[in-house]
Amino acid sequence: MATAEEVAKAAERRDVRDRWLLSAPALLVIFLAATGPLLIVLIYSFLTPGPYGDVKWQFSPDAWLSVFMERDIFDDTLSLAAAHVTIFWRSIKLAVVTTIATLTLGFPTAYFMATRSEKTRDLWLFLITIPFWTNLLIRTFAVLQIIRNEGIINTILIKLGIVSTPVQILYTDTAILIGMAYVYLPLMVLPIYASMEKLDFRLVEAGYDLYATRFKVLRKIIFPLVKPGVIAGSILVFIPALGAYVTPSVLGGGKNMMLSNLIELQFGQGRNWPLGSALSITVMIIVMVALLAYVRNAGKSGVRHG
Amino acid sequence: MASNFSIKHQPGFTAIAATCFVVLYLPIIVLVAYAFNAANSTSEWGGFSMRWFQSAGQNVQVIDATLRSFQIGAVAAVLSTIFATMAALATTRTAPYPGLTFKYAAINQPLMVPEIVTGVALLIFFSRIKIFTGYSGLGYLIAAHTAFCIPFAYLPIRARLENMDLTLERAAADLYATPWKTFRRITLPLLWPGILAGLMLAFVISLDDVVITEFVKSGGQDTLPTYMLGQIRRGITPEINAISTAFLLLSVAIVTLFFFVSRKRD
Repeated sequence: MATAEEVAKAAERRDVRDRWLLSAPALLVIFLAATGPLLIVLIYSFLTPGPYGDVKWQFSPDAWLSVFMERDIFDDTLSLAAAHVTIFWRSIKLAVVTTIATLTLGFPTAYFMATRSEKTRDLWLFLITIPFWTNLLIRTFAVLQIIRNEGIINTILIKLGIVSTPVQILYTDTAILIGMAYVYLPLMVLPIYASMEKLDFRLVEAGYDLYATRFKVLRKIIFPLVKPGVIAGSILVFIPALGAYVTPSVLGGGKNMMLSNLIELQFGQGRNWPLGSALSITVMIIVMVALLAYVRNAGKSGVRHG
Repeated sequence: MASNFSIKHQPGFTAIAATCFVVLYLPIIVLVAYAFNAANSTSEWGGFSMRWFQSAGQNVQVIDATLRSFQIGAVAAVLSTIFATMAALATTRTAPYPGLTFKYAAINQPLMVPEIVTGVALLIFFSRIKIFTGYSGLGYLIAAHTAFCIPFAYLPIRARLENMDLTLERAAADLYATPWKTFRRITLPLLWPGILAGLMLAFVISLDDVVITEFVKSGGQDTLPTYMLGQIRRGITPEINAISTAFLLLSVAIVTLFFFVSRKRD
């Protein structure tokens, strides 16, 4: 005779088994068409490039060496690969500045939205959601039309007589920066807003009762309470900005490459799939480090939310 | 008593917020305006005209790419929503069990990896399979889109499920309903708004994808976004503005619908 406890255990085991069966299709698709292939990239980064793309199945550390180094074709000495270092530096710099820019603009915007009345809040949220779900390529294209030499900005500057010839913004790092800040702004506003919406303004009032200045209230009360949202927003902006492909392709022209363009090049004209793979893994590592920093910080902040 | 001292006021914040909203919408408005431009270029205004919409509507490549986008988006959205619904049922309303955290991590994994890396990984993996099987149809794009749509479809469905308790399902079981009948008559109708929201999100996400599609597609498999990217790189005509405008209209319609479906509380 099975005891009641055994029956309950068996039911629980069946429940867990059913739950695995139910989630199997989703897990399988993600493994086959997202996670699994990442392992192949890792393997490819240790192989020899094939003459027409793809790889030869022969171990070689060259791809990893050439992520940051280049071999002199005459005397075989290794030196820092200036071109790659430049692109790494540019990508990280642009991603960081984009994050700072969107935070500077997004924080007050989220605050503004969260301090509206219940009814109008939904409208503001809707207004920020629309660009968020609008095709990124279309938004980048919209920026291109504004900043190019014949665009609105230059037309106005010339009409006002401030400049006589158009200011070249397009195809510069500044253009990439403007474009990325523009397309990723909603990604910063939304999580900050989510934190801000839950903010208890009685705490703010208490701060003022204790003679705190507006700035002090912002710094000592509001900011610490919405910090999880700020960190989440920063991560949400930094990761896609670092791996951005569309924005630098459209606004940076051919010369101002970012990491993703460099990676693409290895799978196209460069015909160096192992190097492309090694660069991809490097991008992943940077992203993982950023994510880990986020998780640690979110754990440390100790602010309960949700 | 300072009657007009607002505790919610912060100096300059409203101005920055106003600037943000203007800056967010201005480029889009300009883009739409130039779609109705009669002139041949986007640098001068030649009067109102619908000619670029007509020329886009007659462009075989555009029609082709649009149909392909819809085809991939529809199949990927339906598949990912079904899988996400199943996964959400399996990961909510339960005490923690071994593997639950793993499932969360696995389902959200596509969100953690930069698109370019996934794109490269799929390019390598699928090119092997193409050589091996000789098949080079839309299946690869559909598989890739289904995978990265799952976490998006999963979000609203899981959120909806977490707000549903098991009372009604238990009552149905007490009244001798089979598990399937309970699901069909109780769980599914209650979950429906979440599923619908997930479906729409997945469809929009699939429709918007550029990077992964660009790497996975075989020759002649352009979707609307990859076709547009190619055109923009070659030099722009108001036709791109017209296509963008139509695309925008569709996105706004879906998002509006989504907004109302997911905001509806009962």
